Amino acid sequence: MEHIRRLGGDAPLPEDGASPPDLADLLKRAGRADETAFAALYDATAARVHGLALRVVRDPAQAEEVTQEAFLEIWRTASRFDPARGSALGWLLTITHRTAVDRVRSAEASSRRDSSYHQQNQPVDHDTTAEAAQASLEAHRVRSAMATLTEVQREAVGLAYFGGYTHTEVAKMLDLPVGTAKTRIRDGLIRLRDAMGVGS
Amino acid sequence: MTEIHALSGAYAVDAVDDLERAAFERHLAECAECRAEVASLRETAAMLAETTAAAPPSALRDRVLADITTIRQLPPEVPTAQPVRRHRVRLLVAAAAAVVLVGAGTAVVVTQPWADETRPPSATVQVLEAPDAQSTTLEFPGGASATVTHSDELDRAVLQTEDMPPPPEGKVYQVWLDQPGKGMVPAGVMPVEEDQTLLLEGDAATATGAGITVEPEGGSPAPTSEPIALFDFGRSA
Repeated sequence: MEHIRRLGGDAPLPEDGASPPDLADLLKRAGRADETAFAALYDATAARVHGLALRVVRDPAQAEEVTQEAFLEIWRTASRFDPARGSALGWLLTITHRTAVDRVRSAEASSRRDSSYHQQNQPVDHDTTAEAAQASLEAHRVRSAMATLTEVQREAVGLAYFGGYTHTEVAKMLDLPVGTAKTRIRDGLIRLRDAMGVGS
Repeated sequence: MTEIHALSGAYAVDAVDDLERAAFERHLAECAECRAEVASLRETAAMLAETTAAAPPSALRDRVLADITTIRQLPPEVPTAQPVRRHRVRLLVAAAAAVVLVGAGTAVVVTQPWADETRPPSATVQVLEAPDAQSTTLEFPGGASATVTHSDELDRAVLQTEDMPPPPEGKVYQVWLDQPGKGMVPAGVMPVEEDQTLLLEGDAATATGAGITVEPEGGSPAPTSEPIALFDFGRSA
């Protein structure tokens, strides 16, 4: 598996010898109202955006709305993307995550979500597109990095990122003293960052 | 590492409430280290989404591409010359409390690239995020800190404290707004909690500053002791 891990490095594996799309370039062009570039950006990232939305909000119909809302926000704010401050994918998924979290928190009052972490941990079916194939190499790398976390770090990061819970809620769920969950989340993310060699 | 730095991870994955977000974004405006850390942790968190990829229904693509034609894009951010006011902080030795102030306050104009514009924020959040918000932070020995943020436009001020030691037995911390011609006007009594956020009563737009004194339980109509902290709103500057 070593060679796969290496190939799964910074760039997705090219499919059919074609270069993977330059997401930052597509996003910059989208920021100049280039709808073709935006469509290409959508095709290259929709599975990751929708997969994250689905994982956080759980309900497929709501996940679709979140995905749509996130892409419209990405379109609206594309000119604000600054490649010096981070990757295009990171930017897209940050917007997606915030949109999904806003959705679950505003829905919180009316309906209680199932707070069992293990039920939330069911695997989501991967699709069979080229994007998913490339993503699975990255996914392997992420899972290897996740395995380097302590149990409590992994749970805290998972509840915060995939569960959409606040650190105060995470502390309660994991029976941690108030104020320590944020430290576990930070420590866990830092360890993941270092394990995956993510630059700032 | 101060307390607020520890919030970088939770902030990067949106695991903060509105007040924490506002407070941390004010901190981010003046802490390059935290900005870099948040950026790297957001990149890291985004990698986690690699494990959950799921293609949306193809009809969604058509909807999105149809919808964008009806949405005007934001202009790019261009640098604007925002004057950053430095506030002078008067140092006083506490007469009645065990804390002494050191340090200098700074005023910060905050820009928030990720600001959420979809929900009406609370009055407190509105003050903290107001375009004209000015903050003065006082650091206490032992790590406690207090920040007063005021917005002339909204006519309100907010006090935030961190790691504040409890007041002496039977006493409370009371907050005051310094009003020209009236002196110190009661603006609220702080609940006994280390970390808290308090929307101050009274007209912040006319006040020249704020103060904290130690008062008998229940508070006083006028200060009965020397202030342990004075926040200068910099109006004479």
